[in-house]
Amino acid sequence: MPIGDMLLRSVDDSQINTVFPKTFEEYKKWDKEKDELPPEPVFKALFEELAYGEKVKVGRALTRMNYSKSGWKSLIKKTSREIKKVIRKDEFPESYKSFLIETNEKWADPTYWYAVGQMVNNQTPIYYYNAVDRTYDENQKVVQQDEDRRVYVKTWIKTFKVSIYVTFFCIILGFPVAHLLANLPLRYSNLLMIFVLLPFWTSLLVRTTAWIIMLQQNGVINGVLVWLGIISEDGRIQMVYNETGTLIAMTQILLPFMILPLYSVMRVIPKSHMRAAQNLGAKPALAFWKVYLPQTIPGMSAGGLLVFVLAIGYFITPELVGGKDGKLIGSWIAYHLKTTLNWGLCAALGAILLGIMLVFYWLYNKIVGIDNIKLG
Amino acid sequence: MALPSYATPVQRTYYYSYLFFCAVVFFFLVAPLIAIIPISFSVSPFMVFTDEMLSWPPDPDAWSLRWYKNMIGNCSADVVSSTVPCSNKWMIGTVNSFFIGFIATFIATTLGTLAALGLSRPHMPYKGLIMAILISPMIVPLIITAAGMFFFYARINLVYSFTGIILAHVALATPFVVITVTATLVGFDMNMVKASQSLGARPVRTFFKVIMPLILPGVISGALFAFITSFDEVVIVMFMASLDQLTIPKQMWAGIRQEISPVILCMATCLVVLSILLLTTVELLRRRSEKLRGITSR
Repeated sequence: MPIGDMLLRSVDDSQINTVFPKTFEEYKKWDKEKDELPPEPVFKALFEELAYGEKVKVGRALTRMNYSKSGWKSLIKKTSREIKKVIRKDEFPESYKSFLIETNEKWADPTYWYAVGQMVNNQTPIYYYNAVDRTYDENQKVVQQDEDRRVYVKTWIKTFKVSIYVTFFCIILGFPVAHLLANLPLRYSNLLMIFVLLPFWTSLLVRTTAWIIMLQQNGVINGVLVWLGIISEDGRIQMVYNETGTLIAMTQILLPFMILPLYSVMRVIPKSHMRAAQNLGAKPALAFWKVYLPQTIPGMSAGGLLVFVLAIGYFITPELVGGKDGKLIGSWIAYHLKTTLNWGLCAALGAILLGIMLVFYWLYNKIVGIDNIKLG
Repeated sequence: MALPSYATPVQRTYYYSYLFFCAVVFFFLVAPLIAIIPISFSVSPFMVFTDEMLSWPPDPDAWSLRWYKNMIGNCSADVVSSTVPCSNKWMIGTVNSFFIGFIATFIATTLGTLAALGLSRPHMPYKGLIMAILISPMIVPLIITAAGMFFFYARINLVYSFTGIILAHVALATPFVVITVTATLVGFDMNMVKASQSLGARPVRTFFKVIMPLILPGVISGALFAFITSFDEVVIVMFMASLDQLTIPKQMWAGIRQEISPVILCMATCLVVLSILLLTTVELLRRRSEKLRGITSR
């Protein structure tokens, strides 16, 4: 239910339509081929709606208008002041069109009016375009954002890169550990399991804090390296507040999610299979590759999917450990939700992320089949 | 798993490097958590191992409880004079976290257990679909769930209230209860229910006297999962809590972003201890549950 609401939000554009209903209605009658500027009734409706509209509502509508074309907000604000003067003096102009153009020549600029065309409907794809760095140009065509405003595509790519790396590292680190745990006698493996479950049960923020302490310039790891004489006192490595830090911390945080499914799959693989393969003359490496590895695929893919999906939506750790340019897509969603209040864009980013996730689940279901995800 | 006596040197090398690799990974998993504990007892405000702390024999002046005192809002003069501000925000956060955690756990456990009982009936229609919807908060990235909930709760005026936070936490925590209880119900002998009913017990009495004692370990470990989920949760709290609705994770987040101080490490140490306690409890419960259901230890 909340997710459905979010999907609606991402295309919702009704707020502005409640502020300028008449203007938009008249606007739709404007024949762009015939006249360069909209006809008189549009200006009249706009004048009235600005003059008598609720201030808060108009303000919110202006923010929305600025998404379509920057400059709208200041234009309307200036115009509103002029309109107020007119009302105070009680001298209504004969032609609203020439009055508005007189107060500000931008009203004669058709590109502003073209931008209105994006807002007259109750639904809009603009947030989706924004979420992938596209926007409308003067002629209502979808184009790329200006160079310096393109942030989302970069962030999407980075989010994917980080998630793939983290998944990869988790497989590399998790596989041997799960194998060891699965093959040790239960007494020892239960004991060692604590090492896996303790981070799993510990607060995410505690682990993130711990990594900041470990990785910072005068932190534990640098201290040990200096003490061992591997690096010099001045050569301390910058490991936190950049991508390295994000990768290290996220790998550690998500590693249990890889080990646990792998472990539960490996535990039920009979040991006799490997012995049989070797008996038949396969070298250990070949036996491992041909016999053991294929049997661990369900666990590996379950773990991999879990880690990947968790990594792609992560934002606490990257935000804290990643520093200035460590932001992943999750950070932007939170930023638009909390700070800029651009909820449409926020919802669009979320919806795209959700779509990507569903594609992954679908692929996963096709290839391996969803089986129960076990927890410890 | 031990190496056979006829292993070749190459195999030996492989085997020991494999063990070494595993040891490194285990170290990687727990080292950060262990490292913060001694630092939280340090005198210095810089969150590093100071030279005095590492000296031998131990130097009592290098260790102190000052940050712990700061955390519980008991600030002596020397703490106040340092750069770290002193307030009882951490204690407010602790009270709120436990309050939200307990209520959310209670609701989530009740709902989750009932759902699991219903879903484990053999003739339940649309079982797969219901299960998928129930566990969806677990597999959809948290940020999406949080954003969706924020929009939805904003419509029905529940944001910036404890009710909203608790309800959101219930939604997040219920899947864990459903999964653990469903796992306990595997191998549950339905004949016992029939036996109880044929002896004249009403359904409610059957539930409390027959079903409940048997699935209790699963219910409790589900409840613990639910509690830790709510207790650790920061994203939803960040979105939905007003400025003065502090919880421990929110306070830690703010602490890391603004004034990173050793007080955070004290709270972190407390949380690590808490998680060790919970982990032990869950492990003991799991063994007990297996014994109760007659599944012998592997």
